[in-house]
Amino acid sequence: MSDTTTTAKAPRFNRSNLDIGSILLEGRAFIALIVLIIIFSLLSDSFLTVGNVITMTKHVAMNAILAIGMLFVILKGGIDLSIGSTVGLSGVVAGVLLQGLQIDSLNVVLYPAVWVVVLCSLLVGTLVGLINGILVTKFNVAPFIATLGMLYVARGAALLISNGSTYPRLAGTEANGNTGFGLIGGGRLLGIPMAIWIMVIFAIIALVILRLTPFGRWVYATGGNERAAELAGVPVQSVKMRVYMISGFCAAVAGLIISSELTAAAPQTGESFELNAIAAVVIGGAALTGGRGNIRGVLLGAFVIGFLSDGLVIVGVSTFWQITIKGAVIVLAVVLDQAQQRFKRSKNAALAAASKTPAAPTPENSGTPAPVAK
Amino acid sequence: MTTLTITDTDVVMRAVGITKNYGGTRALKGVDFEIRRGTVTVLFGENGAGKSTLMKILSGVETPSAGVLELDGEPVVLKSTVDAVERGIAIIHQELSLAPNLSITDNIFMGREERTRGVFVDYRAQTTRTADLLKHLEEDLDPKTLVGDLRVGQQQVVEIARALAGEARVLIMDEPTSALSGSEVEVLFRVIKELTAEGVAIVYISHHLEEALEIADQAVVFRDGALVAKAPAAEIDLAWIISNMVGRSADDLSPDLLDDFAEVALSLKGIKVADPSNPARLAVDGLSLDVRRGEMVCLYGLMGAGRTELLEALAGRTELLAGTAELEGKPLGSTSIAERVSLGLTLVPEDRQRDGLVQTMSVGENLTLASLLSYAKRVFLSRSAEKNAVEREIRDVRVKTSSPAASITSLSGGNQQKVVIGKALLTEPRVLLLDEPTRGIDVGAKAEIFALMARESRKGLAVLYATSEVGEALSASTRIVVLSKGRIVAEFDPRTTTREEVMVASGETVDEGNGDAR
Repeated sequence: MSDTTTTAKAPRFNRSNLDIGSILLEGRAFIALIVLIIIFSLLSDSFLTVGNVITMTKHVAMNAILAIGMLFVILKGGIDLSIGSTVGLSGVVAGVLLQGLQIDSLNVVLYPAVWVVVLCSLLVGTLVGLINGILVTKFNVAPFIATLGMLYVARGAALLISNGSTYPRLAGTEANGNTGFGLIGGGRLLGIPMAIWIMVIFAIIALVILRLTPFGRWVYATGGNERAAELAGVPVQSVKMRVYMISGFCAAVAGLIISSELTAAAPQTGESFELNAIAAVVIGGAALTGGRGNIRGVLLGAFVIGFLSDGLVIVGVSTFWQITIKGAVIVLAVVLDQAQQRFKRSKNAALAAASKTPAAPTPENSGTPAPVAK
Repeated sequence: MTTLTITDTDVVMRAVGITKNYGGTRALKGVDFEIRRGTVTVLFGENGAGKSTLMKILSGVETPSAGVLELDGEPVVLKSTVDAVERGIAIIHQELSLAPNLSITDNIFMGREERTRGVFVDYRAQTTRTADLLKHLEEDLDPKTLVGDLRVGQQQVVEIARALAGEARVLIMDEPTSALSGSEVEVLFRVIKELTAEGVAIVYISHHLEEALEIADQAVVFRDGALVAKAPAAEIDLAWIISNMVGRSADDLSPDLLDDFAEVALSLKGIKVADPSNPARLAVDGLSLDVRRGEMVCLYGLMGAGRTELLEALAGRTELLAGTAELEGKPLGSTSIAERVSLGLTLVPEDRQRDGLVQTMSVGENLTLASLLSYAKRVFLSRSAEKNAVEREIRDVRVKTSSPAASITSLSGGNQQKVVIGKALLTEPRVLLLDEPTRGIDVGAKAEIFALMARESRKGLAVLYATSEVGEALSASTRIVVLSKGRIVAEFDPRTTTREEVMVASGETVDEGNGDAR
């Protein structure tokens, strides 16, 4: 084709991207993080030490892994309230397997290898996600309700399996050939805890999926406008199913990390983790209505929440204030996000009004040729 | 009601220089309009001419982008419909706005409940008043009946009763008769005469031209967002209305089209589709049609003729109740939307915002959404392949955008529609379905879009599109198929027919034509 239309693509609106207000809004999560770090390091000498930063980042990693899974669901326009319970359930599944399976008929105790244990836990977490997905797609249950139900069911299952008690001593024994579970949460590579490595790997994989695969694009499209996506041939149902499975899988990983670190699995583990994960996603600029959000934002959000919580503890703020401040930060993040969206919308509307098609026949000259037939 | 001194020149309400923009689209362009006491003003115009937008502004549903409203000579700003109702302006909406889970009485008094001691709802007074209203409208219904249990025509009567209950000075009726039976229409007209005798000003919109002419005192014609003609009803006839409605607009669309067509691409036999809003009714009732490669077939019909329902069923969004649809000889059966897209059948939907675009995505991402798998190597997207496709398509359908990465919402309506069509074309379709492809876009972009459709049809694509604008049907199609009540009532060759013929064929006044023309 001819290159006549290239003139139409002249970047004459680009300069407006550079004004300071929009940069501040755009990078608010990052700015918030920097501000937090500066304030806390001024208030406490121990805040900005290598040891403390690593410890805090380890706390962040737990939430970040959950939030990465949550991002997929929220991008699709859903929500997953069940992940906290899934954290508990997957830990308990690991616990029960590491304690050894009593098989009464043969009168033996079966000790599965650690990799089998890990696999089983991950499968259980993914299964919870699968059930969420089936409820949402096949039975048309609203995501909030479906995953709220699974929040209780998964927690109940964890309590039933463990009979309400904690599985201690998950380190395993040489004799049973099931040692090494503790490495997942307690081990270090190059001096950095495994949890942080896992977070980094998950973030990279999620980034690749979201940006470089058709599936990733479909997640954004389904969340942005499900009807349009479906009409464009996007397999909307399978996309929905898969995002819940991803979320469940991430929750199971977090559950494994926690129970490994503590070398104990309690059925109560993970309560209200889903709320922290949602908060991280939201602070990172994702829209709960779907279609908008990214991994970078989620990581920033998780760091803001994590550093804020730990920083407040280090500085010695009371627990009651910690909770209050955390809540205020989350709401503030959304208020700023709305301001940014309004700003963008009005800018786009102005662009749209300015970019009317100057078509060959303009309304003025096409108005003349055919006189009204009477 | 107190008696008013009636002079038919009394202006109750006046709109001065009203302009309304939706995003980049200009729905109204500086309209001056007046409503007089005790008269019926009828608005004529094709879909998208701006009638409904003006009515929404007059009734406080929308606020104008520019211009002033005057009530009794004083400038007013209508903040909401409630505000408008309090000032005596009521509207009967084209789309029913009733709550199906509430009774007739509850609906009529919704938002302005009668109260005892200022707190409690006075059910007795409301029920008595409702019974009176229904009696006046000659509708034999129990005021306690749930609105959801009424048939659509009766619901429309309730909607009318609700407007009457407000004792409005200005009553706006947007297609009030679309679901009424003949006798109900007569009752409505009697009521309208009574109201005007009492001094109420009525604004009336209808697609049934003769019917509207029957009660009109003043006729006003809209076209492309502007008021183009007005005259006292006594001085005009049907021909005057039609010629002003259609004007010149569509004539110069005329893209080049083929005369000879290749093999049948889409073959429909005995298609029946249920009405999604009323499953007991058939929206499409035994329709058979063949579309050949290179043809550009226009489905023309009034609102409710079954155009959208047919196209959505063909795209796979809803099920066929009966009949077969074949794409190049292969039955579509119960294949999914995605499968149909990959087989080469794509729909450009009627409602661009609701069904056509993903507003959170960029221009480029919207363009490639339907054809994404063709840029994937194994599991990963090839960025360069996608980028090439986007750039090629932007040039090809002539989307005017600052960059492929710009937000889709930064484009004007016409450019957005080109993106939706470009998205469909990137799937390399064999049959392209388009539902009202030029809805809400300006004349220049209309011509471009029809030129685009025609170009693809010349390349051998089978195009089937629905429209409710006769001008489009006549100037941009190789064949016009007229739908009415879900059936094909006539087929025309656009070169040998006239606007009047097509419009008359689609109207309800005409005898049921033989369903299997040609």
